[in-house]
Amino acid sequence: MTRRTLLTIVVMVLVGLLPPLLYWSGNAFYLDLATRLVILAIAATSLNLILGYGGMVSFGHAAFVGLGAYAVGIPAHHWLYGGMDAIATTSGYVQIALAVGVAGFFALLTGLVCLRTTGVYFIMITMAFAQMAYYLILSIEEYGGDDGLVIDTRSEFNWISLDDPIQLFFLAYVSLVIAMLIVRMIVNSRFGMVLQGAKGNPERMATLGFNVYVFRLVAYVISGAMAGYAGALLGNFTTFISPEMMDWSRSGELMFMVILGGASTSVGPVIGAVVFIVLEEFLSHFTIYWHLPFGLMLMAVVLFARGGFVGMLTKRKDR
Amino acid sequence: MDTSLLVIQTLNGLQLGLLLFLVASGLTLVFGILDFVNLAHGSLYMLGAFFCATLTIWLGSFILALLISLPITALVGYLVERFVARPLYTRDHLDHVLATFGLILVIDTLTHMIWGPEGLAVPLPDWLRGQVTLWGDTVVPTFRLMIIGAGLAAAGGLFWLVNHTRLGMLIRAGASNRTMVSALGIDIEMLFGLVFALGAALAGLAGMLIAPITEANIGMGNGIIITAFVVIIVGGIGSIKGAFIAALLIGLIDTLGRSFLDDIFTLFMSPTAAENSAPAISAMLIYIIMACVLAFRPQGLFPPKVR
Repeated sequence: MTRRTLLTIVVMVLVGLLPPLLYWSGNAFYLDLATRLVILAIAATSLNLILGYGGMVSFGHAAFVGLGAYAVGIPAHHWLYGGMDAIATTSGYVQIALAVGVAGFFALLTGLVCLRTTGVYFIMITMAFAQMAYYLILSIEEYGGDDGLVIDTRSEFNWISLDDPIQLFFLAYVSLVIAMLIVRMIVNSRFGMVLQGAKGNPERMATLGFNVYVFRLVAYVISGAMAGYAGALLGNFTTFISPEMMDWSRSGELMFMVILGGASTSVGPVIGAVVFIVLEEFLSHFTIYWHLPFGLMLMAVVLFARGGFVGMLTKRKDR
Repeated sequence: MDTSLLVIQTLNGLQLGLLLFLVASGLTLVFGILDFVNLAHGSLYMLGAFFCATLTIWLGSFILALLISLPITALVGYLVERFVARPLYTRDHLDHVLATFGLILVIDTLTHMIWGPEGLAVPLPDWLRGQVTLWGDTVVPTFRLMIIGAGLAAAGGLFWLVNHTRLGMLIRAGASNRTMVSALGIDIEMLFGLVFALGAALAGLAGMLIAPITEANIGMGNGIIITAFVVIIVGGIGSIKGAFIAALLIGLIDTLGRSFLDDIFTLFMSPTAAENSAPAISAMLIYIIMACVLAFRPQGLFPPKVR
């Protein structure tokens, strides 16, 4: 067993066991923290597929998360207040399908345009499209606009109730494990090989007869759909959603998790999410200005420490 | 649609376009010459506004405050280049983005600590507070005309600087071949620092000009930076001419779209449908334009000739 596999197992067991144990021993607060962590880790894992393995620096990933959350909020809103009968429902299956579908479709539409470019253009365009989604939601008064939307009823499933925090946590946790397995499966497949090959040298892949654009687009859509799923969970967790979820600093935080944890490793985004949540929680205890040390740390990591935490913990020399 | 409203909104669009140009020109200069992506460029815009606001309150003169804030903002830009950007030139764009994202958090939080969470209003002198009657009942605030005048003057100055001075020649040379420029004995690091400071001063100027209208506030930089990105993507990254034309285009389309789109929509759909869809479409308008431009010209409308 390599050190990295060991690290992955240890981290995943800790993330899965510690919060419920703390919850049962009377520290309910930590379960809330862990649920948010796990949901963010799913979003970061989806970003890792395109950023880490595909080399596509998307700075608009929060838009998919936000769209996923609104795919839960909007049907629930109509179910309660009427209108839009076609989508008015509290059924979790329909909502999740909507979240995945809408986020995936948005990824397809924007991906068609932004994948025609690379490098800086790609970074800026993904940012711009995320901002477009932000302003779109902001401009629709029925869904609260700037004030956001309260989700009165959580998604309903047959056997589980998301109103129970422990069930919500385990749903998120199992989803994270499945998301990690899916990403791993994709990465190790022929498709994933082409994707990674195109990261290193797109011309070579094109010369070998692969249509790099199509491969990247498919990966981009999968990643967006997965982030939409994370958004659906996040909406159920917070029960309050607002355009602020799509703000580009949210996308920046997701990128932070992937890069700081260790891009193109399975467990990197999870570790990144742990570090982010712990930092946010720890620093905000001391000062309301916690973004200052957070920002300084981010700059220090970029300037002086490369390869992220996984890189440090497994001491890979080949970067 | 009455003409008076159309004229006023066109002037507003022109004003937005010129402010966007001031922000975007710095971004495009820094990217074109230094190959550096500076997300924190919007924070320099915000800092300009706060410096100017504070100095106006201290000195009691907006114009004097503006003139002093310009070099201060340029100095901040120089420091950013020296300590954040310079170590990262050899890295890829992802590192630029992450480091300057960290820088935004730092600058925003420091601003919050120094000036508090509230916005800071900028008092204007009486002679700028009035209104000018263009003709009939078409009235515009004097200050908005001043913004347009100052924006045009800064744009003209920048064109002159880049196209007709020795410094501009070096900047253009640095953009097309930096190794050659430094081989010819030019201190390229100094040149880079100057370009960064110039870009910061231009962004700061935009912040100073808008502050009396919107107040200096913490989120202002993060709002404009994305629109500035749209401008330089449409214009072609690295091209000042492209940034100018795209900025005016985006400024006018955004402003006119927000005010007149529902009127245009009523021509071919029911008033209710127009009223419901117009805000959403006008919010997306500039991004749709960006997508259309990219679909046909991925390199932007006016890509720089030599790169």
